[in-house]
Amino acid sequence: MDYFAQQLINGIVLGSIYGLIAIGYTMVYGIVGMINFAHGDIFMIGGFIALISFLILVSIGLTAVPVILLIVLLVSMAITALYGWTVERIAYRPLRHSFRLAPMLSAIGMSFVLTNYSQVAQGARVKPVPPIITGGYMLHQGSGGFVVQLSNVQIIVVITTVVLLAIFTWLVARTRLGRDMRACEQDQTMAALLGVDVDRTISMTFVIGAALAAVAGMMYLLYYGLVDFFMGFVAGIKAFTAAVLGGIGSLPGAMLGGLAIGLIETFWSAYFSVEYKDVAAFSILIIVLIFLPTGLLGRPEVEKV
Amino acid sequence: MTGERVTAPAPERLAVSRAQRAVFIFKKAAISALVALVLFSLMIGVRTEAGPSGQLTYWTRFDDLAAMVGAVFGGSIVVELLRQWWGPVGTIRVVPPSVQSALAVARRGIAPLLLIFTFLVPVIFYDQRYILDLGILVLTYVMLGWGLNVVVGLAGLLDLGYVAFYAVGAYSYALLATNFGLSFWICLPLAGILAALWGVMLGFPVLRLRGDYLAIVTLAFGEIIRLVIINWQSLTGGPNGVTGIPRPTLFGIPLTPGDDGLAARLGIEFSPTHRIVFLFYLILALALLTNWVTIRLRRLPLGRAWEALREDEVACRALGINITTTKLTAFATGAMFGGFAGAFFATRQGFISPESFTFQESALVLAIVVLGGMGSQLGVALAALTMIGGFELFRGLDQYRMLVFGVAMVLLMIWRPRGLIGHRAPTVFLQHSHAISSDLVKEGHG
Repeated sequence: MDYFAQQLINGIVLGSIYGLIAIGYTMVYGIVGMINFAHGDIFMIGGFIALISFLILVSIGLTAVPVILLIVLLVSMAITALYGWTVERIAYRPLRHSFRLAPMLSAIGMSFVLTNYSQVAQGARVKPVPPIITGGYMLHQGSGGFVVQLSNVQIIVVITTVVLLAIFTWLVARTRLGRDMRACEQDQTMAALLGVDVDRTISMTFVIGAALAAVAGMMYLLYYGLVDFFMGFVAGIKAFTAAVLGGIGSLPGAMLGGLAIGLIETFWSAYFSVEYKDVAAFSILIIVLIFLPTGLLGRPEVEKV
Repeated sequence: MTGERVTAPAPERLAVSRAQRAVFIFKKAAISALVALVLFSLMIGVRTEAGPSGQLTYWTRFDDLAAMVGAVFGGSIVVELLRQWWGPVGTIRVVPPSVQSALAVARRGIAPLLLIFTFLVPVIFYDQRYILDLGILVLTYVMLGWGLNVVVGLAGLLDLGYVAFYAVGAYSYALLATNFGLSFWICLPLAGILAALWGVMLGFPVLRLRGDYLAIVTLAFGEIIRLVIINWQSLTGGPNGVTGIPRPTLFGIPLTPGDDGLAARLGIEFSPTHRIVFLFYLILALALLTNWVTIRLRRLPLGRAWEALREDEVACRALGINITTTKLTAFATGAMFGGFAGAFFATRQGFISPESFTFQESALVLAIVVLGGMGSQLGVALAALTMIGGFELFRGLDQYRMLVFGVAMVLLMIWRPRGLIGHRAPTVFLQHSHAISSDLVKEGHG
């Protein structure tokens, strides 16, 4: 039981990170109708930016951890958001009205560009960082000596995710930008006729998605203490699985799907085999798409001729 | 070509003076440079590396950063000038009829010429091992491209996991040959059949999916196969791969220096080049088989059904075409050729490991098909030549290779999404388009 509780905590933390990435997929798919294949790599870039800015801040002598974390968060969100904007501007906008496979292929190309760009720029080796946030709470001391722990990092990851999700939900539900986004999702032509700047709205979608991916990248760095140039690929596919599982286009769905994937992966590793955890995640993707293509909270898609 | 549509420049564009245009270009370049500065500031301006004690250190590279930003500034000016020189997007240049007919002649002549040249490559470059090896590599990708072309180009099913079938073929041959001592010529069809079976196994669950979802599921499938190969150590040797895969024989006659070898039987002096030449003709034969089968299939009802499926699935279903068999045969046919190519790959290398079957490989084959114009056989062959040749050119810059590949893929999609070399055209189409009077298509008149 204690082991189960510990895995539950780990799964929720991992799921929060996947959920943050999944929001980027689900928003872009909702509005533009394409899988932003490079989104996983945006997450990776976010991790790198967080790492580098953290290193610089530490080396100039800043010691207050909350201040460092806040600055790192803002810097990585800002720069990664610009990456998201640039990717959309260069690789997707010119293809808005091209044939249907073109954006997908362009996105695959962009994913290669980002992966290999960070390999060239920062080297192929894994970048470890010492634990930034230490300490934690002992929740329960089991009879067999197994201790259920909740570390401070885990608390920070979950709290950050919840806060950002709240801000983001408010943004979509209450602001002008959110209304524009929902309008573009329903009907781009009509939205444009009613004075919504479609290009700008789509750009903003990419910017917000990338900023959230940057947060996920930073959380990943805090939690696992390392980044490498190849981590975006698998994390991206898992987050996409989360988005599909939750129902593509639905924001609470993305978070729910993220949690589900995080929990499934953690429990699979804990009770079955660590080696096959990625196989399990990919199999879930296939199974979900076949039997539940609209996801948990999605709307059925009606094909029009 | 959609008619002789030439967009005239808008009047206000002409009125813009040179100076204003220069300012505009300069402003745009400055903004690009600023964006580049922010993007590259930390990623290129600062380099991190784990030190000897595991401690992460960093140093600055502001000269590289300045160079990159300068390159973006200059590049953006060049792109903008090119864009103004070329005119608005969508402009179609009118090609004079004489040039058009010359091009048509060249187009018809290029395929036989290329084929004859390919047949002569081992004769011309007999002493140059490097060129022969490169030729074999290019032909392998031509074959993979033609195989994937059935799925993507003809049936319009975007398959991002094609490398899975390549892997199945390679491992089928490697394991059958090393464990049971079966010869290449028995294993080749078996590898094809096994790959085709896997193709059907993938095809069944994804019948209802289309477009992006199909792509992502095939990608997941390819990754699952690779991960299983890595982790199923007792069968596949895991990351270490399979070694000591037997070399192919000329229908039982080995190409070895021994007494029963081909050279001894023919009474000529043994040379290791014989095997390379043999492998060259083997893959050429396999590739031509793929091409021939595809061309024949295209003229059968099945091929027509594939093309109909590609053009419009709903219309296809409305016309009574069995979607299930159409899709499954496309997957199975494509997978079978992938399996053949995999078996060839295994016998050529003598060693295979999961590293050869990554997603990058799938993307490369897909890029060849797309570059070749999705459906054009000649286009795919030329695209494979261009791609693999281009990769060889960048071999010295190993770590930039995939970067350049990615950039090329994005630019290609923006510039010519329908392919660079060929273009897909339906095999059958109406010769005359009849104008139908509106009173004929009223209800009840069809």
